[in-house]
Amino acid sequence: MDIHEYQAKEMLRRFGVSTPRGGIAYSPEQAVYRCSELSGDKWVVKAQIHSGARGKAGGVRICASEEEVADAAQWMLGRRLVTHQTGPQGKLVNRLYVEEATNIAQEIYLGFVMDRKLERVVVVASAQGGMEIEEISANEPDSLIRSVVDPAVGMQNFQAREIAFQLGLDPALIPAAVKTIIGCYRLMSETDANMVEINPLVVTQGNEIVALDAKLAFDDNALFRHPDISELRDKSQEDPRETYAGDRGLNYIGLDGRIGCIVNGAGLAMATLDMIKMAGGEPANFLDVGGGASPERVLMSFKAVLNDRNVEGILVNIFAGINRCDWIAEGVIRAVKELDLQMPLVVRLSGTNVAEGRKLIADSGLDIITASTLAEAAEKVVGAWKTAHMKEAS
Amino acid sequence: MAILIDSTTRVLVTGITGRIGSFHAQDMIKHGTNVVGGVTPGKGGTTHLDLPVFNTVKGAVAETGADLVVSFVPPPFAADSIMEAADAGIKTCVCIADGIPAQDMIQVKRYMRRYKEDRRMRLIGPNCAGIITPGQAFAGLMPPSIYKPGRVGIVGRSGTLGYEAASQMSERGIGVSSSIGIGGDPINGSSFKDILELFENDVETDAVVLVGEIGGPQEAEAAEYIRDHMSKPVAAYIAGLSAPKGRRMGHAGAIVSAFGESAQEKVDILKEAGVTIVPTPSSFGEVVAKMVA
Repeated sequence: MDIHEYQAKEMLRRFGVSTPRGGIAYSPEQAVYRCSELSGDKWVVKAQIHSGARGKAGGVRICASEEEVADAAQWMLGRRLVTHQTGPQGKLVNRLYVEEATNIAQEIYLGFVMDRKLERVVVVASAQGGMEIEEISANEPDSLIRSVVDPAVGMQNFQAREIAFQLGLDPALIPAAVKTIIGCYRLMSETDANMVEINPLVVTQGNEIVALDAKLAFDDNALFRHPDISELRDKSQEDPRETYAGDRGLNYIGLDGRIGCIVNGAGLAMATLDMIKMAGGEPANFLDVGGGASPERVLMSFKAVLNDRNVEGILVNIFAGINRCDWIAEGVIRAVKELDLQMPLVVRLSGTNVAEGRKLIADSGLDIITASTLAEAAEKVVGAWKTAHMKEAS
Repeated sequence: MAILIDSTTRVLVTGITGRIGSFHAQDMIKHGTNVVGGVTPGKGGTTHLDLPVFNTVKGAVAETGADLVVSFVPPPFAADSIMEAADAGIKTCVCIADGIPAQDMIQVKRYMRRYKEDRRMRLIGPNCAGIITPGQAFAGLMPPSIYKPGRVGIVGRSGTLGYEAASQMSERGIGVSSSIGIGGDPINGSSFKDILELFENDVETDAVVLVGEIGGPQEAEAAEYIRDHMSKPVAAYIAGLSAPKGRRMGHAGAIVSAFGESAQEKVDILKEAGVTIVPTPSSFGEVVAKMVA
C-alpha cells in the first residue's frame, strides 16, 4: 500500500527525521492560509498523488507570492497528473501540501529496500541525489553506497556512520545523518514498510539535514497489525475497478484490453493473460478467484469483470484442485442468467469434478462456448470477440 | 524415494484441527501419506481424525518421531510455526500460508541459520501448493489424482500451473518422480536452485520441468546452476510475458522491479543456459514428451 508524501513525512518526523515545515490544503484559499501560517517569502506547492516524478508533470511549484500559491493550487486541484508511473489515465489531485521552501546545498539519495537475493533489508545511498535511482545506477554506478542489515540485531550506528562518511558529509553533520538513517530504518522495521525512499535528502545552506521528499510503501500482508496505517489508504488514488473488486475480497488487477478473465491461481491467471495476447487479443484484467471458490464467489467475479465497461468478451479458466468444477459451473450459469450476459463467454474447466461441471454447462442450454485446453480457450474467446466486434461495426 | 517425501515419511500436520488443515489432512491420509499426528496449542492430549494431537511440535516429535511438518497455520502466526518446527529438529517443513509478512520471512530465514547445515530444516513455501511423490505420499493441497508416478521432476512457484504441467504429462503417459511447489512469495524457503540440486542427485529422476514467473532473481540463479552443474535435461515455462512492469500479479513475489526479472529476460537467460523453453502453458505435454523421448 502506498501513502501520500505528507503522510510519509509525518511518520518520518515521529522517527526523528527532520522535514521542512508544511501543511495540507484542499483549496486555493487553504493553500494561501498555509503560507501565512508558515510565514517566510517562498513556498512549495506539491500535488499529493501516489506517484513519483510529479515535478515533470507540473505537480510541484515553487512560489514567491501568495498569488502564485493560489494560482498553482487552482491549476493542480482537480487535475489528473500523468507521470511515467501513473499510466495514461493519470492520478487525481485532491489535496496539496504547502511547504516552506528550502535552500539546497547538496542533494542525497537514501533508499531502504528488501533485497530478494540477500533476503535482508539493504540501504542504498548516493551523493548524487535528485535523480531517480534507476538513473543514478545507470549514470553514476560508482556513487552507490550499499549496506546490508542483519535482521537478528537490526541496523547498527556504525553502519549509518559508514554511510554518512562515504557520502562525504561535513563531520559536523554526521550525528544528524546517523539519526536520519537509523530513524528511517526503525520506521521500516516497526511499520512493516517494503520501501522507504528519501529523494532527495538535502543538506541545506544552513547546514541542516532535511528530507525534502519521501516515499513509503507498506507490505499489504502486514497491514493486519497496523490498523493506523491501513486508515491512510486513499481510494481516490486507486483504479476504481480494483477498489470494487478488492473490497469484495477478489485478487484483481485492471488492464487495458477487452477480454475479461476469471482464473484460479495467480500463476495460471498470468499464463492466461499471456495466451490471450498470443491469440491476438488484449486482456482487460487479471483475476484470481482463489481456492475453494463457491458459486457466489464466481458470480461476484463476473460482476467485478463486468464493472469494467470496456469488457466485450470473457474467458473463465479453472484448473480445479481444491476447487470443484461443478461449483464453478453453477456460478457461471447463475452469472449468465442473473447478469443477462450479452457477450461471448468461453469456459475451460479441468481437474476435480470436471465431468459434472461440463455436463451442467452443456445441459444449461445457455450460449456458453467450451474448451478443453487453455490454448483452445484463448483462441476461441479472441475469435468470438472479433466476430462479435465486426458484426457491431457493420 | 524421489525427493523430500515418500510413503515412509512421518508427517505431522500443524493447524490440524482447523477447517482447512483438517480437510487436507484427511485427503493426505486417503492417498497413502503416513500422517502420524497433529499440533494445535491447547488441544494436546485429544485426538482428531483418529490421530494424536499435541500442544507443541517438540512434544509431537518426541512421541511420533515425525520428520516432516506441513503447516496449515494462518499467515499471522505461520512464521512462528515454521520456527517452532525448525527448533524441534524437523527435517522438512512445507508451509501453505499465503500472506505472511515479508519481514516475518526475513526473521524466519535468519532464524533457520542458527542450526548447523546437517540439522538445518529445509523449508518449502510459503504460499505454495505443497509437495508430492505420486503413488506414495503428499503434503499440501494439490489434487493427487492428476499425477502419475514416473521419472520427471516438477518444480514451480504456482500451484495451478504445476497441475497444468502434470496433467498434460499424464495425458501423454509421462509420470512424475516428485512435484515441489516453492511458492509465490518474494522471500521463500527453498529456491529453484535448491530443488534442482535435489533432482540432479536423485536416481529416480531423469529430467525436470521448471515453472517460473516474473519477479525475483531465482530463475536466473537456477539458469546458472543448470548451465554449470546439471547433467539432466530441463524444460522451463515462465508466466507473465504480458505482465505490465511494476504491478504485482497476484503472488506477492510476482513483480518486476529489477533487470532480469521480466518473463522475456528470464526466458532468454534460461535458453542461454541450455534449457528447453515451453512456449505456452498448453505445450508442457508436447515439449516434455520430446525431451524424454
